[in-house]
Amino acid sequence: MLTIGNGTEPESLDPQKATGVSAGNVLRDLYEGLTGLSPIGEVVPAAAESWQWQADGQALRLQLRQGLRWSNGDRLTADDYVAGLRRLLDPATASGYANLLVAIAHGSEVIAGRAPPSTLGLRAEDERTLVIELDRPLPNLPALLAHPAASPIHPAELTANPKPEARIGNGAYRLAEWVLQSRITLVRNRHYWNDSRTAIGEVRYLPTEDLNSELKRYRAGELDVTTSVPASQARWIRRQLGPELHVATYLGSYFYGLNLTRPPFAGNRPLRQALSMAIDREVIATKVLHDLAAPAWSFIPPGIRDYSPQAPDWARWPRSQRESEARRLYAEAGYSIAKPLSVEIRYNTSDDHKRIAVVIAAMWKQVLGADVKLVNEEWKVFLQHRRERRDTQAFRNTWIADSDDALGFAEILDSRHPRNDSGYADAGYDALLLEAGRSNDTVVRRAKLEAAERKMLDDAPILPIYFYASKHLVKPRVEGWQDNILDWHYSKDLRLRAH
Amino acid sequence: MTSAPLLRPAVVVPAAILLAIVLLVVAGPWLAAQPYDAIDFDADWGAAPSAAHPFGTDDLGRDLFARVCVGGRLSLAVGFVSTLVSLVIGIAWGAVAGWFGGRIDALMMRIVDILYALPFMFFVILLMVLFGRHWLLIFVAIGAVSWLDMARIVRGQTLALRRQPFIDAAVVSGLGDAAILIRHVVPNLLGVVIVCATLTIPQAILVESFLSFLGLGIQEPATSWGALVNDGARAMETTPWGLIFPASFLVLTLLAFNWLGDALRAALDAPRR
Amino acid sequence: MLSRAAIRLLTAVPTLLVLVGSSFFLMHAAPGGPFDSERSLAPEIEARLAAQFHLDEPAWMQFGRYLGSLLHGDLGPSLQYEGRSVASLIADGAPVSAAVGMAGLLLALIGGVAIGAVAAMRRDGWLDRGLMLLALLGLSLPSYVVAPLLILVFALGLDWLPAGGWDGPASLLLPAVALALPQLAAIARLTRGALGDVLAAPWIRTARAKGLPERLIVFRHALKPALLPVLSWLGPAAAGLMTGSVVVEQVFGIPGIGRYFVQGALNRDYTLVLGVVLFYGALVIAFNFLVDLAYGALDPRTRLE
Repeated sequence: MLTIGNGTEPESLDPQKATGVSAGNVLRDLYEGLTGLSPIGEVVPAAAESWQWQADGQALRLQLRQGLRWSNGDRLTADDYVAGLRRLLDPATASGYANLLVAIAHGSEVIAGRAPPSTLGLRAEDERTLVIELDRPLPNLPALLAHPAASPIHPAELTANPKPEARIGNGAYRLAEWVLQSRITLVRNRHYWNDSRTAIGEVRYLPTEDLNSELKRYRAGELDVTTSVPASQARWIRRQLGPELHVATYLGSYFYGLNLTRPPFAGNRPLRQALSMAIDREVIATKVLHDLAAPAWSFIPPGIRDYSPQAPDWARWPRSQRESEARRLYAEAGYSIAKPLSVEIRYNTSDDHKRIAVVIAAMWKQVLGADVKLVNEEWKVFLQHRRERRDTQAFRNTWIADSDDALGFAEILDSRHPRNDSGYADAGYDALLLEAGRSNDTVVRRAKLEAAERKMLDDAPILPIYFYASKHLVKPRVEGWQDNILDWHYSKDLRLRAH
Repeated sequence: MTSAPLLRPAVVVPAAILLAIVLLVVAGPWLAAQPYDAIDFDADWGAAPSAAHPFGTDDLGRDLFARVCVGGRLSLAVGFVSTLVSLVIGIAWGAVAGWFGGRIDALMMRIVDILYALPFMFFVILLMVLFGRHWLLIFVAIGAVSWLDMARIVRGQTLALRRQPFIDAAVVSGLGDAAILIRHVVPNLLGVVIVCATLTIPQAILVESFLSFLGLGIQEPATSWGALVNDGARAMETTPWGLIFPASFLVLTLLAFNWLGDALRAALDAPRR
Repeated sequence: MLSRAAIRLLTAVPTLLVLVGSSFFLMHAAPGGPFDSERSLAPEIEARLAAQFHLDEPAWMQFGRYLGSLLHGDLGPSLQYEGRSVASLIADGAPVSAAVGMAGLLLALIGGVAIGAVAAMRRDGWLDRGLMLLALLGLSLPSYVVAPLLILVFALGLDWLPAGGWDGPASLLLPAVALALPQLAAIARLTRGALGDVLAAPWIRTARAKGLPERLIVFRHALKPALLPVLSWLGPAAAGLMTGSVVVEQVFGIPGIGRYFVQGALNRDYTLVLGVVLFYGALVIAFNFLVDLAYGALDPRTRLE
């Protein structure tokens, strides 16, 4: 039996309704998408054995494998995938991931409730052939189809809501037991097409909210894999459990948003630049986070497909030069020792957010002489304030990607995006994103997106701080574990070494 | 009451310890190498105790000695102020309820029940959420909750006192309710109240630390012993000094309070009996 | 006695109503809603979800609706856990919390009274001082320090007990100890104080003068009245155990309702929080009722005629 620490308890295991990392981990074992990811993160055939782009990238035709079955033995057809995708975009489902595949023809009308889900560009030509038509190019579509939200749905579950612990899936495992806040037990699915290759018969996901407790359970041998590791224990872990620690680049960016709709940041670009330059990212990544993260001088993480990081020149300057330029810009912005900037940093309750805020406050204070106040808020209050853009000044922010695509990052600073918490509204930036989105040419797309990020970084509506890393402890007896940028690990690809 | 019982070593020693702690906590920050919120970016963080940093530094390179002192100011203030709040409300409420009994008692205790049943953490979380995390709110929230215990215990004791012969004598002699309560009941509650208060001060300090555990404590960079112990407990295997120093201060203070309480009680009881 | 019990039970209803009402309106006054998340739903979808759970109605209407379903014994669906009812969540979590809580309470009561009695009998002796110092330590160590220490020693060091999770009776022990310690210490101190008072009373001196053995005096005569303050303490102790269970359940990863409570409040799962508040309120009222009965039994003078 493989036992995996899974962080917070999933709120749902409905493939279309569930959100969050912990639900995704379980769903990838319970459901199989048309495509999947290999252990190193490449898109590979899954339920579909092959696919071809058609009509100049406006449609994707997929061929399903022969003899696919649900975990209860029923036949699985292309219609079930159509049903799943329709359900994803249907506003009645209220899925948090509906926007993931909004590019499917008529997607935006369906999500807005102006057209029925049956109008979506989805066609099951026969039991084993599925065609997906698009409104705009989406070269990333095969990768997106591996996302649990694009799972099929059993016809019986379309009409009647099943019990949360009794869902019919099509993955390598089926749900055997779900005791809330205690354990989720999966056993191998005998009806899975590739069941003969599944090595581990039973997998358990345990909720492990408290990382320090999780570490203790791992040390006591109660867990094979942890969901993360506490930064405060990093030194000890490296010394004692070194080879078992897996740290790898992850598609997440941690940054500070600046509220551009209010003073002091509205219309004061030099000030925003000065604050950005005064932050020493190296110190944060190494001394605060103990190298469990990489310093970020730009927004879109390295390692993302068809993209390279766009760090500004000053990122390579020595610290003293950066700091004196920061002070020059601070003065240009109209502040001085006699008239210091008074600013609030707002963050939600979490030990790491707190530590980073304390350090950044000290940097702004020591480099610029700014008067910095910390404001810690409870999560939901913080979310509301961040969205309202009324009380916020500088605030902690994060973006974790759903897929390996730079546009997914860039678009959250589009003036119309609901998560544009800074209120950044730049016509040039929006236009570059629009052009990138319309292009099917990876070279053009890349050039537009890179130009957009350079422009945005120069305007400094946000201050990048660090790039996330996935961090796990994995027992030596677990074989086949590979780090990948999405941090997706299918239990079917793992083996347990016998003692 | 003579002054002699108050000069017994059992009273003087813990009082002296507390005085020393208070003095250190007040004066300490001026003796420290760097202010409690200053970060030395070039130094090694989480450093072991040394001449420059007698208690070592925390995981952000801040001087732990200065932080223990500053945190102590807040913890002691929380302990004193909220206990005072709970004393005043609790004695008045409990004594009145126990003395009058009957419907008044039932009603007053029902109110205490209701407040009890309002789950405390929920109550405090909501307060913090609605009004932000102001230090004054921490005092009020803890004080407003801990008087319930006091009221209960005082009421129980008053019920028992009511049937004592000397109270009957006071009633027969024609004293009013208020006079009997103040002159005869409350003084006789002193033993119980002191024991309860000595339990309330550490409780208040612990409740504040519980709030810190949930992330609802005092706003950084300010701190409290509870918050420091909480931080220290996380890394107890790697940087034990982060736990040992604040925890020692916390325990020593609570110990001294309780010791003092017990001794005072013995001292005050003697002349009465 | 019977009529008094009836009145108690009757007043429980308005008490719970006030409790639920104040919790409800405080919850709804707090900023943020159940469907806010890092990922921000599209406004249309958010509106649809709100309508589905009637969150778009004015608060008083929602309250009326909630009370209406309460009358039918329905605690409503959880807003956070999709497809689960609050009643089923509480039914799953309550036995676990109760097991840990009862074990903790028993441990605290038996241990506390025993230690307190021994200390009182050896008053001011070395045993007394030693025990009270230990009690003091128990009282002044927060459970979030004690719990990891217990894990460190008994799970990682000695490998006797599991470090967490809920898997058989072995996983009950460490949480119960962590939960009981502060209450045990408080009860020990209370017992010692009260018993000390009683032992100093004239009628005990009389008994001693008559040559009765000390053990007989303590257990036959002095302990019963001395338990009154301990009894008073049981109400708060039970409440303390429930609050403590929030920490202990988190540190040990136990599936009790203590976690639902804080998480529900933080996540604005209105129905879950109200359900837990209601359950908890009813429990506290019932418990205090029992304490009152016991108080009357122990001290006949307080029994109302």
